[in-house]
Amino acid sequence: MAGTGILIEIENNMVKEASLGVMTAAKGQEKYALVLGQEASSVKEKLGEYGAAHILHITAPGNLSANPDLQALAVADAVKEYQLDTLLGTASAMGKDMFARIAAILEEPLVSDCVAVNIKDRTVKKSHFSGKTFATLKINCSCLLCTLRPNSTEPEPSPTACDIIEFEARVADPGLIKIVETRKAGGARLDLTEAPIVITGGRAIKSAENYKMLEACAQKIGAAVGASRAAVDAGYAPHSMQVGQTGKTVSPKLYIACGVSGAVQHFAGMKTSKVIVAINEDKDAPIFSKCDYGIIGDIFKIIPALTEKL
Amino acid sequence: MKICVCVKPVPDTAVSIKLSGVAGFEDSEMKLVPNPYDEYGLEEAVSLVEKQGGEVVAVTVGKASAEATLRGVLAMGAARAILVKTDAQFLDSELTAKALKAVMEQDGLPDMIFTGKGSVDTESFQTQYRLAKSLGLPIVNEVSKLTLDNGKAVAERETGGGEKQVIEMGLPCVIGATKGLNEPRYPKFPDIMKAKKKEIRQMDLSIFGIDPSKGRVRVEKLEIVPERSGAKMLSGSVDEQVTELVRVLKEDEKVL
Ligand SMILES: Cc1cc2nc3c(=O)[nH]c(=O)nc-3n(C[C@H](O)[C@H](O)[C@H](O)COP(=O)(O)OP(=O)(O)OC[C@H]3O[C@@H](n4cnc5c(N)ncnc54)[C@H](O)[C@@H]3O)c2cc1C
Repeated sequence: MAGTGILIEIENNMVKEASLGVMTAAKGQEKYALVLGQEASSVKEKLGEYGAAHILHITAPGNLSANPDLQALAVADAVKEYQLDTLLGTASAMGKDMFARIAAILEEPLVSDCVAVNIKDRTVKKSHFSGKTFATLKINCSCLLCTLRPNSTEPEPSPTACDIIEFEARVADPGLIKIVETRKAGGARLDLTEAPIVITGGRAIKSAENYKMLEACAQKIGAAVGASRAAVDAGYAPHSMQVGQTGKTVSPKLYIACGVSGAVQHFAGMKTSKVIVAINEDKDAPIFSKCDYGIIGDIFKIIPALTEKL
Repeated sequence: MKICVCVKPVPDTAVSIKLSGVAGFEDSEMKLVPNPYDEYGLEEAVSLVEKQGGEVVAVTVGKASAEATLRGVLAMGAARAILVKTDAQFLDSELTAKALKAVMEQDGLPDMIFTGKGSVDTESFQTQYRLAKSLGLPIVNEVSKLTLDNGKAVAERETGGGEKQVIEMGLPCVIGATKGLNEPRYPKFPDIMKAKKKEIRQMDLSIFGIDPSKGRVRVEKLEIVPERSGAKMLSGSVDEQVTELVRVLKEDEKVL
Protein backbone atom coordinates (compact mmCIF):
# COMPACT_ATOMS: atom_id res chain seq x y z
CA MET A 1 0.00 0.00 0.00
CA ALA A 2 1.33 3.40 -0.93
CA GLY A 3 1.50 5.98 1.82
CA THR A 4 -0.52 9.12 2.43
CA GLY A 5 1.46 12.29 3.02
CA ILE A 6 0.17 15.07 5.23
CA LEU A 7 1.88 18.44 4.97
CA ILE A 8 2.11 19.61 8.57
CA GLU A 9 1.88 23.27 9.56
CA ILE A 10 3.78 24.23 12.68
CA GLU A 11 3.59 27.45 14.65
CA ASN A 12 5.67 28.26 17.72
CA ASN A 13 6.94 24.65 17.75
CA MET A 14 3.38 23.32 17.96
CA VAL A 15 1.48 21.36 15.34
CA LYS A 16 -1.49 23.44 14.26
CA GLU A 17 -4.90 22.08 15.26
CA ALA A 18 -6.00 22.11 11.61
CA SER A 19 -3.12 19.77 10.66
CA LEU A 20 -4.29 17.31 13.32
CA GLY A 21 -7.74 17.42 11.73
CA VAL A 22 -6.17 16.52 8.38
CA MET A 23 -4.34 13.59 10.05
CA THR A 24 -7.71 12.38 11.31
CA ALA A 25 -9.27 12.75 7.83
CA ALA A 26 -6.63 10.28 6.58
CA LYS A 27 -7.73 7.59 9.04
CA GLY A 28 -6.82 4.04 8.07
CA GLN A 29 -3.90 5.06 5.80
CA GLU A 30 -0.20 4.63 6.43
CA LYS A 31 0.58 8.22 7.24
CA TYR A 32 3.73 10.19 6.50
CA ALA A 33 3.73 13.53 8.31
CA LEU A 34 5.79 15.91 6.18
CA VAL A 35 7.66 18.47 8.26
CA LEU A 36 9.53 21.14 6.34
CA GLY A 37 12.75 22.72 7.50
CA GLN A 38 12.53 23.17 11.23
CA GLU A 39 13.21 20.60 13.91
CA ALA A 40 11.07 17.47 13.79
CA SER A 41 11.78 15.98 17.21
CA SER A 42 9.72 18.55 19.10
CA VAL A 43 6.54 17.55 17.24
CA LYS A 44 7.17 13.79 17.15
CA GLU A 45 5.07 12.96 20.17
CA LYS A 46 2.05 14.92 18.97
CA LEU A 47 2.18 13.52 15.44
CA GLY A 48 2.52 9.95 16.74
CA GLU A 49 -0.47 10.51 18.99
CA TYR A 50 -2.53 11.44 15.93
CA GLY A 51 -1.48 8.44 13.89
CA ALA A 52 1.69 9.32 11.96
CA ALA A 53 3.68 6.14 11.24
CA HIS A 54 6.54 8.26 9.91
CA ILE A 55 7.68 11.82 10.15
CA LEU A 56 9.33 12.80 6.92
CA HIS A 57 11.67 15.58 7.92
CA ILE A 58 12.47 17.45 4.73
CA THR A 59 15.50 19.67 4.39
CA ALA A 60 17.21 21.14 1.35
CA PRO A 61 20.32 23.02 0.47
CA GLY A 62 19.52 26.71 0.80
CA ASN A 63 17.01 28.55 2.93
CA LEU A 64 13.71 26.68 2.60
CA SER A 65 11.63 29.16 4.55
CA ALA A 66 12.47 32.12 2.32
CA ASN A 67 11.11 30.61 -0.84
CA PRO A 68 7.74 28.97 -1.55
CA ASP A 69 9.00 27.58 -4.89
CA LEU A 70 11.89 25.83 -3.17
CA GLN A 71 9.56 24.44 -0.51
CA ALA A 72 7.16 23.13 -3.15
CA LEU A 73 9.99 21.50 -5.09
CA ALA A 74 11.26 19.85 -1.92
CA VAL A 75 7.83 18.45 -1.06
CA ALA A 76 7.32 17.25 -4.65
CA ASP A 77 10.68 15.50 -4.49
CA ALA A 78 9.67 13.74 -1.27
CA VAL A 79 6.33 12.66 -2.77
CA LYS A 80 8.20 11.02 -5.64
CA GLU A 81 10.94 9.50 -3.50
CA TYR A 82 8.49 7.85 -1.10
CA GLN A 83 5.90 7.13 -3.82
CA LEU A 84 3.10 8.75 -1.87
CA ASP A 85 -0.20 8.31 -3.67
CA THR A 86 -1.98 11.00 -1.67
CA LEU A 87 -0.88 14.33 -0.24
CA LEU A 88 -3.22 16.23 2.05
CA GLY A 89 -2.88 19.60 3.72
CA THR A 90 -4.74 22.50 5.24
CA ALA A 91 -6.59 25.05 3.12
CA SER A 92 -4.84 27.89 4.93
CA ALA A 93 -3.24 30.80 3.05
CA MET A 94 0.08 28.93 3.18
CA GLY A 95 -1.44 25.54 2.36
CA LYS A 96 -3.40 26.74 -0.66
CA ASP A 97 -0.36 28.51 -2.09
CA MET A 98 1.97 25.57 -1.46
CA PHE A 99 -0.36 22.93 -2.90
CA ALA A 100 -0.98 24.92 -6.08
CA ARG A 101 2.80 25.13 -6.59
CA ILE A 102 3.25 21.42 -5.85
CA ALA A 103 0.42 20.46 -8.23
CA ALA A 104 1.97 22.50 -11.04
CA ILE A 105 5.35 20.81 -10.44
CA LEU A 106 3.96 17.27 -10.23
CA GLU A 107 1.46 17.94 -13.04
CA GLU A 108 -1.25 16.31 -10.98
CA PRO A 109 -4.82 17.48 -10.38
CA LEU A 110 -5.52 19.41 -7.17
CA VAL A 111 -8.68 20.12 -5.25
CA SER A 112 -8.55 23.00 -2.85
CA ASP A 113 -10.59 23.64 0.29
CA CYS A 114 -12.45 20.31 0.51
CA VAL A 115 -14.84 19.50 3.34
CA ALA A 116 -14.44 15.72 2.94
CA VAL A 117 -12.09 13.33 1.17
CA ASN A 118 -12.40 9.64 0.35
CA ILE A 119 -8.82 8.55 -0.27
CA LYS A 120 -9.69 5.07 -1.54
CA ASP A 121 -12.36 6.16 -4.03
CA ARG A 122 -10.45 9.30 -5.11
CA THR A 123 -13.51 11.46 -4.49
CA VAL A 124 -13.79 14.71 -2.58
CA LYS A 125 -16.58 17.02 -1.56
CA LYS A 126 -16.20 20.78 -1.70
CA SER A 127 -18.10 24.01 -1.94
CA HIS A 128 -18.94 25.50 -5.32
CA PHE A 129 -20.60 28.89 -5.86
CA SER A 130 -19.62 30.45 -2.52
CA GLY A 131 -21.21 27.81 -0.34
CA LYS A 132 -24.48 27.59 -2.27
CA THR A 133 -23.76 24.08 -3.52
CA PHE A 134 -21.57 21.13 -2.67
CA ALA A 135 -19.84 19.33 -5.52
CA THR A 136 -18.63 15.75 -5.38
CA LEU A 137 -15.56 15.44 -7.59
CA LYS A 138 -13.89 12.31 -8.92
CA ILE A 139 -10.15 12.70 -9.44
CA ASN A 140 -8.20 10.70 -11.99
CA CYS A 141 -4.59 10.94 -10.81
CA SER A 142 -1.47 9.11 -9.67
CA CYS A 143 -1.19 11.28 -6.59
CA LEU A 144 -4.30 12.80 -5.03
CA LEU A 145 -3.53 16.38 -3.98
CA CYS A 146 -6.08 17.95 -1.71
CA THR A 147 -6.33 20.68 0.90
CA LEU A 148 -9.02 20.44 3.56
CA ARG A 149 -11.00 23.29 5.05
CA PRO A 150 -9.91 23.90 8.66
CA ASN A 151 -12.38 22.51 11.24
CA SER A 152 -13.95 20.19 8.62
CA THR A 153 -12.67 17.14 10.53
CA GLU A 154 -12.50 17.16 14.30
CA PRO A 155 -9.03 15.91 15.41
CA GLU A 156 -9.16 12.51 17.13
CA PRO A 157 -6.09 10.84 18.64
CA SER A 158 -5.09 7.40 17.30
CA PRO A 159 -1.65 6.70 18.77
CA THR A 160 0.91 4.94 16.57
CA ALA A 161 4.60 4.12 16.87
CA CYS A 162 6.32 6.85 14.93
CA ASP A 163 9.80 7.15 13.45
CA ILE A 164 11.62 10.10 11.95
CA ILE A 165 12.97 9.80 8.41
CA GLU A 166 15.51 12.43 7.38
CA PHE A 167 15.17 13.43 3.75
CA GLU A 168 17.37 15.94 2.01
CA ALA A 169 15.59 17.02 -1.14
CA ARG A 170 17.60 17.32 -4.35
CA VAL A 171 16.38 20.71 -5.40
CA ALA A 172 17.71 24.08 -6.42
CA ASP A 173 16.03 27.46 -6.17
CA PRO A 174 14.64 28.35 -9.61
CA GLY A 175 15.32 31.95 -8.62
CA LEU A 176 11.95 33.32 -9.67
CA ILE A 177 10.65 34.86 -6.47
CA LYS A 178 12.15 36.00 -3.22
CA ILE A 179 10.47 36.84 0.07
CA VAL A 180 12.11 40.10 1.07
CA GLU A 181 10.12 40.83 4.18
CA THR A 182 7.65 39.18 6.53
CA ARG A 183 5.52 41.48 8.63
CA LYS A 184 3.91 39.97 11.69
CA ALA A 185 0.58 41.30 12.85
CA GLY A 186 0.57 43.06 16.21
CA GLY A 187 0.31 40.45 18.98
CA ALA A 188 -0.33 36.75 18.61
CA ARG A 189 -3.60 36.89 16.74
CA LEU A 190 -5.47 33.68 16.18
CA ASP A 191 -5.87 32.97 12.48
CA LEU A 192 -9.48 33.57 11.49
CA THR A 193 -9.72 30.69 9.04
CA GLU A 194 -8.44 28.18 11.55
CA ALA A 195 -10.15 29.37 14.72
CA PRO A 196 -12.65 26.96 16.30
CA ILE A 197 -14.92 29.89 17.22
CA VAL A 198 -15.39 33.18 15.36
CA ILE A 199 -17.13 36.30 16.66
CA THR A 200 -17.91 38.83 13.97
CA GLY A 201 -18.85 42.46 14.31
CA GLY A 202 -20.84 44.11 11.52
CA ARG A 203 -21.54 47.72 10.68
CA ALA A 204 -23.41 47.97 13.98
CA ILE A 205 -20.09 47.97 15.85
CA LYS A 206 -19.77 51.66 14.88
CA SER A 207 -16.02 52.12 15.56
CA ALA A 208 -12.65 50.37 15.59
CA GLU A 209 -12.51 50.99 19.33
CA ASN A 210 -15.67 48.95 19.92
CA TYR A 211 -14.04 45.77 18.60
CA LYS A 212 -12.37 45.62 22.02
CA MET A 213 -15.75 44.54 23.37
CA LEU A 214 -15.73 41.55 20.98
CA GLU A 215 -12.07 40.81 21.68
CA ALA A 216 -12.77 40.60 25.41
CA CYS A 217 -15.49 38.07 24.71
CA ALA A 218 -13.32 36.18 22.19
CA GLN A 219 -10.43 35.90 24.60
CA LYS A 220 -12.55 34.02 27.12
CA ILE A 221 -13.47 31.25 24.68
CA GLY A 222 -10.43 31.07 22.37
CA ALA A 223 -12.21 32.74 19.49
CA ALA A 224 -10.96 34.91 16.64
CA VAL A 225 -12.66 38.18 15.79
CA GLY A 226 -14.00 38.87 12.29
CA ALA A 227 -15.72 41.74 10.52
CA SER A 228 -18.30 42.24 7.79
CA ARG A 229 -17.40 44.12 4.64
CA ALA A 230 -19.52 47.07 5.72
CA ALA A 231 -17.39 47.32 8.87
CA VAL A 232 -14.15 47.00 6.88
CA ASP A 233 -15.26 49.58 4.31
CA ALA A 234 -16.18 51.96 7.11
CA GLY A 235 -12.61 51.62 8.40
CA TYR A 236 -13.53 49.91 11.68
CA ALA A 237 -11.42 46.80 10.90
CA PRO A 238 -8.61 45.79 8.51
CA HIS A 239 -9.41 43.71 5.44
CA SER A 240 -7.54 40.77 6.96
CA MET A 241 -10.50 40.44 9.35
CA GLN A 242 -13.19 40.40 6.67
CA VAL A 243 -15.37 37.31 6.41
CA GLY A 244 -17.25 36.66 3.20
CA GLN A 245 -17.02 36.32 -0.50
CA THR A 246 -14.31 38.97 -0.85
CA GLY A 247 -12.73 38.13 2.48
CA LYS A 248 -11.94 34.94 4.35
CA THR A 249 -13.88 31.72 4.29
CA VAL A 250 -14.30 30.36 7.78
CA SER A 251 -15.94 27.19 8.98
CA PRO A 252 -15.73 27.18 12.78
CA LYS A 253 -17.81 25.03 15.08
CA LEU A 254 -19.39 28.22 16.43
CA TYR A 255 -19.99 31.50 14.59
CA ILE A 256 -21.45 34.45 16.46
CA ALA A 257 -22.59 37.31 14.21
CA CYS A 258 -23.06 40.59 16.06
CA GLY A 259 -24.92 43.34 14.23
CA VAL A 260 -24.57 41.66 10.85
CA SER A 261 -27.60 41.75 8.55
CA GLY A 262 -26.87 38.44 6.79
CA ALA A 263 -26.10 39.32 3.15
CA VAL A 264 -25.46 36.40 0.75
CA GLN A 265 -21.90 37.62 0.25
CA HIS A 266 -21.30 37.46 3.98
CA PHE A 267 -22.81 33.98 4.18
CA ALA A 268 -20.52 32.89 1.35
CA GLY A 269 -17.69 33.07 3.88
CA MET A 270 -19.26 31.35 6.89
CA LYS A 271 -22.14 29.22 5.71
CA THR A 272 -20.52 25.88 6.54
CA SER A 273 -20.01 26.84 10.20
CA LYS A 274 -21.49 24.19 12.48
CA VAL A 275 -23.58 26.45 14.70
CA ILE A 276 -24.50 30.03 13.77
CA VAL A 277 -25.72 32.50 16.40
CA ALA A 278 -27.04 35.92 15.39
CA ILE A 279 -27.48 38.95 17.59
CA ASN A 280 -29.35 41.81 15.94
CA GLU A 281 -31.72 44.51 17.15
CA ASP A 282 -33.93 44.25 14.08
CA LYS A 283 -36.35 41.33 14.42
CA ASP A 284 -36.76 41.29 10.62
CA ALA A 285 -33.01 41.11 9.85
CA PRO A 286 -32.48 38.46 7.12
CA ILE A 287 -29.85 36.71 9.23
CA PHE A 288 -32.55 35.40 11.58
CA SER A 289 -33.94 33.22 8.81
CA LYS A 290 -30.51 31.63 8.20
CA CYS A 291 -29.07 31.00 11.66
CA ASP A 292 -29.48 28.37 14.38
CA TYR A 293 -30.00 30.64 17.41
CA GLY A 294 -31.09 34.23 17.41
CA ILE A 295 -31.19 36.98 20.01
CA ILE A 296 -33.11 40.16 19.23
CA GLY A 297 -31.30 42.90 21.08
CA ASP A 298 -28.60 45.55 21.26
CA ILE A 299 -25.11 44.10 20.87
CA PHE A 300 -23.76 46.70 23.30
CA LYS A 301 -25.93 45.17 26.01
CA ILE A 302 -25.86 41.49 24.96
CA ILE A 303 -22.12 41.05 24.37
CA PRO A 304 -20.89 42.40 27.74
CA ALA A 305 -23.52 40.26 29.48
CA LEU A 306 -22.44 37.22 27.48
CA THR A 307 -18.75 37.84 28.21
CA GLU A 308 -19.61 37.96 31.88
CA LYS A 309 -21.34 34.55 31.71
CA LEU A 310 -18.61 32.72 29.79
CA MET B 1 3.88 47.12 -21.99
CA LYS B 2 1.44 44.38 -22.92
CA ILE B 3 -0.66 42.97 -20.09
CA CYS B 4 -2.96 39.98 -20.32
CA VAL B 5 -5.79 39.74 -17.82
CA CYS B 6 -7.48 36.36 -17.42
CA VAL B 7 -11.18 36.80 -16.81
CA LYS B 8 -13.55 34.00 -15.89
CA PRO B 9 -17.27 34.57 -16.43
CA VAL B 10 -19.13 33.36 -13.34
CA PRO B 11 -22.69 33.48 -11.99
CA ASP B 12 -23.35 36.63 -9.95
CA THR B 13 -22.93 35.71 -6.29
CA ALA B 14 -26.27 37.31 -5.45
CA VAL B 15 -28.11 34.93 -7.82
CA SER B 16 -29.32 31.55 -6.64
CA ILE B 17 -28.14 28.38 -8.37
CA LYS B 18 -30.61 25.94 -9.92
CA LEU B 19 -29.44 22.44 -10.68
CA SER B 20 -29.68 20.85 -14.09
CA GLY B 21 -29.16 17.09 -14.19
CA VAL B 22 -27.00 15.47 -11.51
CA ALA B 23 -23.80 17.37 -12.11
CA GLY B 24 -24.70 20.67 -13.75
CA PHE B 25 -26.53 23.93 -13.17
CA GLU B 26 -29.01 25.93 -15.22
CA ASP B 27 -27.09 28.63 -17.05
CA SER B 28 -28.95 29.21 -20.31
CA GLU B 29 -30.77 32.29 -18.98
CA MET B 30 -28.08 33.30 -16.55
CA LYS B 31 -26.18 36.55 -16.92
CA LEU B 32 -22.54 35.84 -16.19
CA VAL B 33 -20.35 38.50 -14.58
CA PRO B 34 -16.55 38.75 -14.48
CA ASN B 35 -15.19 36.87 -11.48
CA PRO B 36 -14.96 39.65 -8.83
CA TYR B 37 -11.26 38.98 -8.08
CA ASP B 38 -10.39 39.19 -11.76
CA GLU B 39 -11.77 42.74 -11.69
CA TYR B 40 -9.04 43.75 -9.24
CA GLY B 41 -6.48 42.35 -11.70
CA LEU B 42 -8.14 44.16 -14.59
CA GLU B 43 -8.23 47.48 -12.76
CA GLU B 44 -4.54 47.16 -11.84
CA ALA B 45 -3.61 46.36 -15.44
CA VAL B 46 -5.66 49.23 -16.86
CA SER B 47 -4.22 51.77 -14.45
CA LEU B 48 -0.66 50.56 -15.11
CA VAL B 49 -1.16 51.01 -18.85
CA GLU B 50 -2.76 54.42 -18.30
CA LYS B 51 0.43 55.47 -16.50
CA GLN B 52 3.09 53.72 -18.58
CA GLY B 53 1.45 53.10 -21.94
CA GLY B 54 0.81 49.77 -23.60
CA GLU B 55 -2.15 47.51 -24.08
CA VAL B 56 -4.46 45.42 -21.90
CA VAL B 57 -5.82 42.25 -23.47
CA ALA B 58 -8.56 40.32 -21.67
CA VAL B 59 -8.41 36.56 -22.19
CA THR B 60 -11.34 34.27 -21.42
CA VAL B 61 -11.95 30.57 -21.73
CA GLY B 62 -15.69 30.04 -21.56
CA LYS B 63 -19.02 29.58 -23.24
CA ALA B 64 -20.03 31.63 -26.29
CA SER B 65 -22.33 33.63 -24.01
CA ALA B 66 -19.20 35.06 -22.33
CA GLU B 67 -19.09 37.61 -25.13
CA ALA B 68 -21.57 39.75 -23.18
CA THR B 69 -19.38 39.53 -20.08
CA LEU B 70 -16.35 40.59 -22.12
CA ARG B 71 -18.16 43.73 -23.37
CA GLY B 72 -18.28 44.81 -19.74
CA VAL B 73 -14.59 44.05 -19.35
CA LEU B 74 -13.80 46.14 -22.43
CA ALA B 75 -15.84 49.00 -20.94
CA MET B 76 -13.60 48.83 -17.86
CA GLY B 77 -10.61 49.63 -20.05
CA ALA B 78 -9.23 46.55 -21.79
CA ALA B 79 -8.23 47.39 -25.39
CA ARG B 80 -9.41 44.10 -26.85
CA ALA B 81 -10.43 40.62 -25.81
CA ILE B 82 -9.92 37.03 -26.83
CA LEU B 83 -12.56 34.38 -26.18
CA VAL B 84 -11.62 30.73 -26.36
CA LYS B 85 -14.95 28.97 -26.65
CA THR B 86 -16.00 25.70 -25.05
CA ASP B 87 -19.39 24.26 -24.17
CA ALA B 88 -18.05 22.62 -21.03
CA GLN B 89 -19.68 23.96 -17.89
CA PHE B 90 -16.78 22.96 -15.66
CA LEU B 91 -13.48 22.98 -17.52
CA ASP B 92 -10.70 21.38 -15.48
CA SER B 93 -8.07 23.89 -14.25
CA GLU B 94 -5.23 22.01 -15.97
CA LEU B 95 -6.98 22.35 -19.32
CA THR B 96 -7.92 25.99 -18.72
CA ALA B 97 -4.28 26.82 -17.97
CA LYS B 98 -3.21 24.98 -21.10
CA ALA B 99 -5.67 26.97 -23.22
CA LEU B 100 -4.58 30.27 -21.67
CA LYS B 101 -0.94 29.47 -22.38
CA ALA B 102 -1.67 28.48 -25.97
CA VAL B 103 -3.69 31.59 -26.72
CA MET B 104 -1.10 33.91 -25.15
CA GLU B 105 1.66 32.28 -27.17
CA GLN B 106 -0.40 32.73 -30.30
CA ASP B 107 -1.19 36.37 -29.55
CA GLY B 108 2.33 37.22 -28.39
CA LEU B 109 3.54 36.72 -24.83
CA PRO B 110 2.72 39.60 -22.46
CA ASP B 111 5.01 41.47 -20.05
CA MET B 112 2.62 40.77 -17.21
CA ILE B 113 -0.35 38.51 -16.52
CA PHE B 114 -3.09 39.25 -14.02
CA THR B 115 -5.69 36.81 -12.71
CA GLY B 116 -7.93 36.83 -9.65
CA LYS B 117 -6.78 34.98 -6.52
CA GLY B 118 -9.40 32.35 -7.32
CA SER B 119 -12.83 32.13 -8.89
CA VAL B 120 -16.05 32.30 -6.92
CA ASP B 121 -17.70 29.44 -8.83
CA THR B 122 -15.40 26.43 -8.49
CA GLU B 123 -13.07 28.00 -5.91
CA SER B 124 -10.13 25.92 -7.04
CA PHE B 125 -7.26 28.46 -6.63
CA GLN B 126 -4.73 27.01 -9.06
CA THR B 127 -5.14 27.93 -12.74
CA GLN B 128 -2.78 30.90 -12.40
CA TYR B 129 -0.09 28.70 -10.82
CA ARG B 130 -0.30 26.15 -13.63
CA LEU B 131 -0.18 28.92 -16.23
CA ALA B 132 2.88 30.47 -14.57
CA LYS B 133 4.65 27.13 -14.28
CA SER B 134 4.04 26.22 -17.91
CA LEU B 135 5.43 29.58 -19.04
CA GLY B 136 8.32 29.42 -16.57
CA LEU B 137 7.20 32.65 -14.88
CA PRO B 138 7.15 33.72 -11.24
CA ILE B 139 3.74 33.78 -9.54
CA VAL B 140 2.46 35.43 -6.40
CA ASN B 141 -1.19 34.96 -5.45
CA GLU B 142 -3.57 36.90 -3.19
CA VAL B 143 -1.74 40.14 -3.89
CA SER B 144 -3.21 43.19 -2.14
CA LYS B 145 -0.45 45.67 -3.02
CA LEU B 146 1.83 45.91 -6.02
CA THR B 147 4.63 48.22 -7.10
CA LEU B 148 6.74 48.08 -10.24
CA ASP B 149 10.26 49.36 -10.05
CA ASN B 150 13.09 49.02 -12.54
CA GLY B 151 11.78 45.89 -14.24
CA LYS B 152 10.94 44.31 -10.92
CA ALA B 153 7.59 43.72 -9.27
CA VAL B 154 7.16 43.87 -5.51
CA ALA B 155 3.98 42.24 -4.28
CA GLU B 156 2.45 42.12 -0.83
CA ARG B 157 0.31 39.16 0.22
CA GLU B 158 -1.40 38.22 3.43
CA THR B 159 -0.51 34.82 4.82
CA GLY B 160 -3.00 34.39 7.64
CA GLY B 161 -3.40 35.85 11.08
CA GLY B 162 -2.78 39.31 9.62
CA GLU B 163 0.85 38.41 8.73
CA LYS B 164 2.14 39.83 5.46
CA GLN B 165 4.84 38.75 3.05
CA VAL B 166 6.58 41.11 0.67
CA ILE B 167 7.79 39.22 -2.39
CA GLU B 168 10.05 40.42 -5.15
CA MET B 169 10.18 39.03 -8.68
CA GLY B 170 11.30 39.93 -12.18
CA LEU B 171 9.04 40.58 -15.18
CA PRO B 172 7.21 38.97 -16.86
CA CYS B 173 5.27 37.59 -13.92
CA VAL B 174 1.82 36.34 -12.94
CA ILE B 175 -0.11 38.19 -10.23
CA GLY B 176 -3.26 36.79 -8.57
CA ALA B 177 -5.20 39.83 -7.40
CA THR B 178 -7.38 40.22 -4.35
CA LYS B 179 -9.33 42.89 -2.54
CA GLY B 180 -7.22 45.78 -1.31
CA LEU B 181 -5.19 46.05 -4.50
CA ASN B 182 -7.46 48.83 -5.84
CA GLU B 183 -11.10 49.82 -6.30
CA PRO B 184 -12.35 48.55 -9.69
CA ARG B 185 -13.96 51.40 -11.64
CA TYR B 186 -17.56 51.59 -12.79
CA PRO B 187 -17.57 52.16 -16.54
CA LYS B 188 -19.18 55.43 -17.64
CA PHE B 189 -21.59 55.69 -20.53
CA PRO B 190 -18.93 56.73 -23.15
CA ASP B 191 -16.76 53.78 -22.07
CA ILE B 192 -19.68 51.43 -22.62
CA MET B 193 -20.30 52.91 -26.09
CA LYS B 194 -16.61 52.64 -26.99
CA ALA B 195 -16.50 49.03 -25.81
CA LYS B 196 -19.12 48.08 -28.39
CA LYS B 197 -16.62 48.76 -31.15
CA LYS B 198 -13.67 46.98 -29.56
CA GLU B 199 -12.48 43.67 -30.95
CA ILE B 200 -13.38 40.31 -29.38
CA ARG B 201 -11.45 37.65 -31.24
CA GLN B 202 -13.12 34.26 -30.92
CA MET B 203 -11.87 30.76 -31.49
CA ASP B 204 -12.73 27.23 -30.47
CA LEU B 205 -10.89 25.42 -27.70
CA SER B 206 -10.47 22.49 -30.08
CA ILE B 207 -8.00 24.41 -32.29
CA PHE B 208 -5.45 24.01 -29.49
CA GLY B 209 -6.06 20.27 -29.43
CA ILE B 210 -7.68 20.45 -26.00
CA ASP B 211 -10.56 18.07 -25.31
CA PRO B 212 -12.71 19.05 -22.28
CA SER B 213 -13.70 15.42 -21.71
CA LYS B 214 -10.05 14.61 -20.95
CA GLY B 215 -10.14 16.65 -17.74
CA ARG B 216 -8.87 14.74 -14.74
CA VAL B 217 -11.26 16.34 -12.24
CA ARG B 218 -14.85 15.39 -12.97
CA VAL B 219 -17.94 16.80 -11.26
CA GLU B 220 -19.95 13.71 -10.33
CA LYS B 221 -22.67 15.39 -8.37
CA LEU B 222 -23.80 18.89 -7.56
CA GLU B 223 -26.20 19.45 -4.67
CA ILE B 224 -27.78 22.53 -3.17
CA VAL B 225 -26.65 23.27 0.38
CA PRO B 226 -29.93 23.67 2.26
CA GLU B 227 -30.45 27.03 3.96
CA ARG B 228 -30.86 26.83 7.68
CA SER B 229 -34.40 27.40 8.81
CA GLY B 230 -36.39 27.58 11.98
CA ALA B 231 -33.83 29.42 14.08
CA LYS B 232 -34.48 29.13 17.79
CA MET B 233 -35.08 32.65 19.07
CA LEU B 234 -34.04 33.21 22.66
CA SER B 235 -36.41 35.39 24.62
CA GLY B 236 -36.62 37.10 27.97
CA SER B 237 -34.40 39.70 29.62
CA VAL B 238 -30.79 40.21 28.52
CA ASP B 239 -29.69 38.06 31.42
CA GLU B 240 -32.14 35.28 30.56
CA GLN B 241 -31.17 35.38 26.89
CA VAL B 242 -27.44 35.04 27.46
CA THR B 243 -27.87 32.41 30.19
CA GLU B 244 -29.96 30.31 27.83
CA LEU B 245 -27.46 30.87 24.98
CA VAL B 246 -24.52 29.68 27.06
CA ARG B 247 -26.53 26.67 28.19
CA VAL B 248 -27.54 25.53 24.67
CA LEU B 249 -24.03 26.07 23.31
CA LYS B 250 -22.55 24.03 26.15
CA GLU B 251 -25.13 21.33 26.68
CA ASP B 252 -27.06 20.88 23.43
CA GLU B 253 -24.49 21.84 20.80
CA LYS B 254 -21.34 21.08 22.80
CA VAL B 255 -19.38 23.81 21.03
CA LEU B 256 -18.21 25.68 24.12
C1 LIG C 1 -19.31 41.63 -4.97
C2 LIG C 1 -19.64 41.81 -3.51
C3 LIG C 1 -18.82 41.20 -2.57
C4 LIG C 1 -19.09 41.32 -1.21
N1 LIG C 1 -18.28 40.68 -0.31
C5 LIG C 1 -18.60 40.73 1.01
C6 LIG C 1 -17.81 40.04 1.98
O1 LIG C 1 -16.80 39.42 1.68
N2 LIG C 1 -18.19 40.10 3.28
C7 LIG C 1 -19.29 40.81 3.71
O2 LIG C 1 -19.58 40.80 4.90
N3 LIG C 1 -20.03 41.48 2.81
C8 LIG C 1 -19.71 41.47 1.48
N4 LIG C 1 -20.46 42.20 0.61
C9 LIG C 1 -21.42 43.19 1.14
C10 LIG C 1 -22.72 42.60 1.59
O3 LIG C 1 -23.61 42.59 0.50
C11 LIG C 1 -23.34 43.49 2.72
O4 LIG C 1 -23.44 44.79 2.26
C12 LIG C 1 -22.55 43.47 4.00
O5 LIG C 1 -22.27 42.15 4.40
C13 LIG C 1 -23.31 44.18 5.09
O6 LIG C 1 -22.57 44.23 6.27
P1 LIG C 1 -23.31 44.33 7.68
O7 LIG C 1 -24.22 43.18 7.83
O8 LIG C 1 -22.27 44.52 8.72
O9 LIG C 1 -24.06 45.72 7.57
P2 LIG C 1 -25.60 46.03 7.42
O10 LIG C 1 -26.21 45.31 6.31
O11 LIG C 1 -25.71 47.51 7.48
O12 LIG C 1 -26.22 45.43 8.73
C14 LIG C 1 -26.01 45.93 10.00
C15 LIG C 1 -26.97 45.19 10.92
O13 LIG C 1 -26.71 45.55 12.25
C16 LIG C 1 -27.94 45.69 12.94
N5 LIG C 1 -27.68 46.62 14.07
C17 LIG C 1 -27.38 47.95 14.03
N6 LIG C 1 -27.10 48.40 15.27
C18 LIG C 1 -27.24 47.36 16.12
C19 LIG C 1 -27.05 47.17 17.51
N7 LIG C 1 -26.68 48.18 18.33
N8 LIG C 1 -27.28 45.96 18.05
C20 LIG C 1 -27.66 44.92 17.26
N9 LIG C 1 -27.81 45.02 15.92
C21 LIG C 1 -27.60 46.22 15.36
C22 LIG C 1 -28.90 46.21 11.92
O14 LIG C 1 -30.23 45.84 12.27
C23 LIG C 1 -28.43 45.52 10.65
O15 LIG C 1 -29.12 44.29 10.44
C24 LIG C 1 -20.20 42.10 -0.77
C25 LIG C 1 -21.02 42.71 -1.71
C26 LIG C 1 -20.75 42.57 -3.06
C27 LIG C 1 -21.68 43.22 -4.05
